[in-house]
Amino acid sequence: MTAETMEAPAVAAPTATPPHPLREFWGYFSANHGAVAGLVIIIAVVLVALLADVIAPHSPYVTDTSIALKPPFWQEGGSIAYPLGTDPIGRDILSRLIYGARLSLLIGLVVVAISIVAGTVLGLVAGFFRGLTEIFIMRLMDIILTLPSLLLAIVIVAVLGPGLMNSMLAVALVILPHYVRLARAAVITETSKDYVTAARVSGAGTTRLMFREVLPNCTAPLIVQASLGISTAILDAAALGFLGLGAQPPSPEWGTMLADAREFVLRAWWVVTFPGLAILITVLAFNLLGDGLRDALDPKLKR
Amino acid sequence: MLRFILTRVSLIIPTFLGITLLAFFLIRLVPGDPIETLAGERGIDPARHEQLRKEYGFDQPVIVQYGIYLSRVLQGDLGKSMITQEPVLTEFSALFPATVELALCAIVFALLIGLPAGMLAAIRRNSIFDHGVMGVSLTGYSMPIFWWGLILILIFSVQLDLTPVSGRIDVLYYIEPTTGFLLIDTLLSDEEGAFWSAVKHLILPTIVLGTVPLAVIARMTRSAMLEVLGEDYIRTAKAKGLSRFRIVALHALRNALIPVVTVIGLQVGVLFTGAILTETIFSWPGVGKWLIDAIFRRDYPVLQGGALLLGIVVMAVNLLVDLTYGLINPRIRHNR
Repeated sequence: MTAETMEAPAVAAPTATPPHPLREFWGYFSANHGAVAGLVIIIAVVLVALLADVIAPHSPYVTDTSIALKPPFWQEGGSIAYPLGTDPIGRDILSRLIYGARLSLLIGLVVVAISIVAGTVLGLVAGFFRGLTEIFIMRLMDIILTLPSLLLAIVIVAVLGPGLMNSMLAVALVILPHYVRLARAAVITETSKDYVTAARVSGAGTTRLMFREVLPNCTAPLIVQASLGISTAILDAAALGFLGLGAQPPSPEWGTMLADAREFVLRAWWVVTFPGLAILITVLAFNLLGDGLRDALDPKLKR
Repeated sequence: MLRFILTRVSLIIPTFLGITLLAFFLIRLVPGDPIETLAGERGIDPARHEQLRKEYGFDQPVIVQYGIYLSRVLQGDLGKSMITQEPVLTEFSALFPATVELALCAIVFALLIGLPAGMLAAIRRNSIFDHGVMGVSLTGYSMPIFWWGLILILIFSVQLDLTPVSGRIDVLYYIEPTTGFLLIDTLLSDEEGAFWSAVKHLILPTIVLGTVPLAVIARMTRSAMLEVLGEDYIRTAKAKGLSRFRIVALHALRNALIPVVTVIGLQVGVLFTGAILTETIFSWPGVGKWLIDAIFRRDYPVLQGGALLLGIVVMAVNLLVDLTYGLINPRIRHNR
């Protein structure tokens, strides 16, 4: 803190150019080791997902009962051909985890994309038009927030029918209120500022004001929430998969893999351990990244 | 104070209407005729079908149908289970104590560990202990609890043979439900060993359900404590020469607890969500497992009524938390 105050005059001197915003961001971000670790893990998971066809030793779907329930290679009876063992119908667990990374990342991205777009639009509308529109939207969001998130998702999927698409929609709806609230709050603080008045005076229409002027200034909290949202989405979609309501077998979605493996917990520890570990590590990475982004994008908060 | 209570209570009316609307319309999203949906796969004879259509008002506008539904709900009529033919409300109240018992144990577990851990982490800021607590709690926060339950079963039930795998109590005991809370009922009964059996069955589900609240409480306590420890009155207390323990336990903790209480309240929804997963893993006979079973049996009245009841319970608890919050923090109730 003191060091920063000391340096302040130097930065303010007319000759010194301020650091590029990205550079400044990276400076804050890389100071947080946890966040960097999260980013590295995420990059690794993305690479695994992209290169699944190349690096997976086996097909994630081909079954072979003659090699069912083989333990991992370091245990007696395991073989290096199936490094993390095989599941009850003889599929290679490592290959299924690798292909599962694709699904989990896809779920996270699609869910957050849907809710961030819908949420931002609803939030912008609520923040700009106020009055009845705002009350209606925000009350609706309050109701969604009141209900336990997974319960609502479960009910929606139970009604729409189990499946990957429906579970993604359900989770997107459940996390929607966070984005609506953030966007609305940001819009309300921003619209009272001079630059918005200036734009309005120079004749900008509401749509232009909403999307070209105000929105770019509200992105920081949305980005942070998006990163945390991906972890919630992966976790909730996996929970739905585990309950048999999400992606359906033989899909290698991690939660669905756990559901298949449940009854084998007593005799084959590896079929339940690895899929859950994959979920935990990925979710943890996105949470670390989200925390780091929040600190870096909002230096007021923790410094 | 009265005005504060009245405003807060009146705020739940739109929420209640919203939840009933949601429950009302969701069932109508199920493809097909609603009466046939509610009647199940056995079908229904045409005369009865016509009678039900009139009774539920399906020949009338949607708004009237919703009115009929709402007045039924207000009279406690949530329909009957298609499988057991029992009223949904009866089934719910029979199973609810099991869920509450589990949720209470989980929140007590989370508080007993989370509060001291968060406080110590704040006092020893940036120590190894602090980093450890923060790391563990972030992991707990990211935990897929359905997997966590399986792993604990693997370690404590399969490898170490310490705890049972499922259920609330060993099958050889029969306990007459008086309060519905097995921990109390077994103490009241004179069955030997029943209480320990119930305790043993509770341990793993409690840990599993308590993990996420524990993580949240530890993080919240730490940050609230850090904020309070920087206040002037703490410096004054130090300057007066008070002992470290007095400062932390009497001066700081009291104010740090205010945000923590809110967080505990917010955890109620998380607990019910977690209970659905926890009860499924441990075959715990509570409302969460009942709801999931209903989905797979296509028992729509149970799904609709059960979800509505859980929503109402969470809403009521949130209201209670709001009111207590106003009670312990005068700034809140005078502001509105």
